[in-house]
Amino acid sequence: MSEAATGEAPELEMRGIGKTFGAIRALTDVTCTFYRGEVHALMGENGAGKSTLMKILSGAYQADPGGEIRLKGRPVTINGPLAGRRAGIAVIYQELSLAPNLTVAENVFLGDEKSRMGLIDRRAMEAAVKPLLERLNAPFSPAARVASLSLAERQLVEIARALAENPRILVMDEPTTALSAREAERLFGIIRQLKAEGIAIVYISHRMSEVYELADRVSVLRDGKLVGTLAKDEVKAETIVRMMVGRELSSFYTKKHSAPAGDRKVVLEVEGISDGRLIKDCSFTVSAGEVVGLSGLVGSGRTELARLIYGADPKTKGRVLVDGRECRIGSPQDAVDSGIVYLTEDRKALGLFLDMTIRENIGLGVLDEDSFAGGLLNLRAARERAAKAIQALGIRTLSPGVTAGALSGGNQQKVLLARLLETKPRVLLLDEPTRGIDVGAKSQIYQIIDDLARAGAAILVISSELPELVGISDRALVMRDGRIVGEVQGSAEQPITQEAIMALATLTEDSKAA
Amino acid sequence: MVDQTTQAAAEARQGAQAHKQRMRTILQVAGMLPVLILLAIFFQVTTDRFMSWQNISIVAQQAAINIVLAAGMTFVILTAGIDLSVGSILAASAMIAIIASHIPEWGILGIPAALGMGLAFGLANGILIAAMRLPPFIVTLGSLTAVRGVARLMGEDTTVFNPELPFAWIGNGVILPIPALNFPGIPWLVIIALAVVLISWIVLRRTVLGNRIYAVGGNPDAARLAGIKVWQILLFVYATSGLLAGLGGVMSAARLYAANGLQLGQSYELDAIAAVILGGTSFTGGIGSIWGTLIGALIIAMLTNGLILLGISDIWQYIIKGLVIIGAVALDRYRLREGGRT
Repeated sequence: MSEAATGEAPELEMRGIGKTFGAIRALTDVTCTFYRGEVHALMGENGAGKSTLMKILSGAYQADPGGEIRLKGRPVTINGPLAGRRAGIAVIYQELSLAPNLTVAENVFLGDEKSRMGLIDRRAMEAAVKPLLERLNAPFSPAARVASLSLAERQLVEIARALAENPRILVMDEPTTALSAREAERLFGIIRQLKAEGIAIVYISHRMSEVYELADRVSVLRDGKLVGTLAKDEVKAETIVRMMVGRELSSFYTKKHSAPAGDRKVVLEVEGISDGRLIKDCSFTVSAGEVVGLSGLVGSGRTELARLIYGADPKTKGRVLVDGRECRIGSPQDAVDSGIVYLTEDRKALGLFLDMTIRENIGLGVLDEDSFAGGLLNLRAARERAAKAIQALGIRTLSPGVTAGALSGGNQQKVLLARLLETKPRVLLLDEPTRGIDVGAKSQIYQIIDDLARAGAAILVISSELPELVGISDRALVMRDGRIVGEVQGSAEQPITQEAIMALATLTEDSKAA
Repeated sequence: MVDQTTQAAAEARQGAQAHKQRMRTILQVAGMLPVLILLAIFFQVTTDRFMSWQNISIVAQQAAINIVLAAGMTFVILTAGIDLSVGSILAASAMIAIIASHIPEWGILGIPAALGMGLAFGLANGILIAAMRLPPFIVTLGSLTAVRGVARLMGEDTTVFNPELPFAWIGNGVILPIPALNFPGIPWLVIIALAVVLISWIVLRRTVLGNRIYAVGGNPDAARLAGIKVWQILLFVYATSGLLAGLGGVMSAARLYAANGLQLGQSYELDAIAAVILGGTSFTGGIGSIWGTLIGALIIAMLTNGLILLGISDIWQYIIKGLVIIGAVALDRYRLREGGRT
């Protein structure tokens, strides 16, 4: 039972919080309360102000004068990261904020190290971390170096770090972004346990299903303002989406292209490819105008398979055919020449050149087309190309001369997609095409995928979000431990179900448990 | 029952992890040790007098100043920075050491004067980098030039001498000579260098400060969010590098009884950086150890000495030294990549 009903003073109250950066208002007059033993979800599109609000709580930013933060009814000033921690507010950031070169224990106590006479006391830190890791069922030692842990394990380190301070309020920013469904499920268990221990949890997420599952109350931010707060029984996807974007959900997953008939022409054929490490003997086909979903838990080899087809990693066995002709793909350039492109799941690190302009990013793959003989760039052609792409994909920007780093996540993704499309690919391998972008941009990306399929492209989509995968795919392949272990066919009458995919993806572990 | 087995499995996995961890640390620290040993054997076989006490003492003395500079450089590079100004700071500090040593009765003040000058220049670098957030490469490239000018200014562009240098023992004295065994004693230069390494190790590995230096190098954003004042850490490492360059100035002045603002310490920064990199410290920060730096500096000194003993012209010495540095690091990277997890 949360205390919202009992009328006790809330654990944390924010009143009239505002924040401006120069001329930009990031937050306007946000008032919100958080109770102990309650999961309070904070939703909103990217740029709605969730992260700013969270940084104000953690002390990374200071709110503009006029607002007030109260803990248990007492006003407090949070003027730095340490003050936030002392006030009992622990924050787990979206970009994992660990030092990979240090050990788990060193990271947990970073900034607040245990020492004796000025000498660091690693044994004491490790001893203090051990019970925390046990509480989280973490399968690694406090002396393990963070660099040797998986993403999910690193997340547990972050949580352990937050718990080490005995926080009364725990803020989590999209904690499941990098987790597989199973790992996320485990995390939810931990969150429920913490909630039962009486911690107030602020849960920031894009994912509706998580919010359904976890939240006792949901607050929605839009353009830096709090649109409203819903109680659990009022939470409905349509309501939240409408609050977030002012649009209805109806056209959320569009699938206008028709699933290909049996006689549709096969474009991509993958035959028994392996990489000698994870990927073992994978074979499948994708036809023209078909969207095939590639599902599986994180670590099952989805990205690795796509990279293998694209020639980003060397394969030890198997072959790839496009339009029935074998392509000798030894490098990404070979793949592009064969008509295959790959959209990376990590657009910032592996996709875009953030300091270069939109125009430069879009034209990067086809520079020879936009240059004169002798290698001199034809800037006019490049500008025209960029302008066309910006229009076609609905990239929101003032000018093609804006640097890619200045765009929102959704627009960055569109720029990257534009670059791939400029090479006129036959086959698109899209790895988490909507990761970390807001609802509005997501539905635009779905629209683009749909349009491409209708124009006859063969598309393979990797996604960790099952509703998305189910919504846009004609057919889903499921991977487990580097193999394709099954295929789920969808049709107009009998669409693909998430349950069918999950059953295949987790089969071995379930049978073990049985 | 199930709980027990899973727990046993988890413990086994933890044990295996800890073991792998230890092996990796040993590999990292030992990194270049085999190269050092192979070089020593090679020179001993080819020259026959390389491993004499006399020659080892010479190598150690030649290495001493670079070890001190490289120790400071290790702090800096661990934060993903660079300090190009140490050679110039060494020259300026040596100048002031000799000049101050002429003070009647108080010639010993040359030591604190040089240390103070080194610290002051180091702090200046640190303030520009930590407080004004200028890039370390640019700042220290600037001070490389500017401080060189200061060094020349101090002696009016001449060489300054003091044949009666009150702290000449630092550069030329030894302790514990055992004539019976033909053991020449341990030079003070070497004692100082080893003391610097030992203190650096304690600071880096055994103090909160050291842990934070690694944290800042590993993930500066995480460090800042954890409440670490990153600017303090940066200020500390550049001040330390400056201070140790000042100490290098004292050692250099004491050894030569003289200092020259124009020539002294030219390109010492490059040897210091080479020692750090040979020692396995990552240019991107956060990974490395002071023991690696010690081994790196010894490799460089040994190579110089061995090539001289072999009678190879100094032109070829440059070429060979450069290639060995690149080759050793390439080997190291290759080996680490093979062992690293994907």
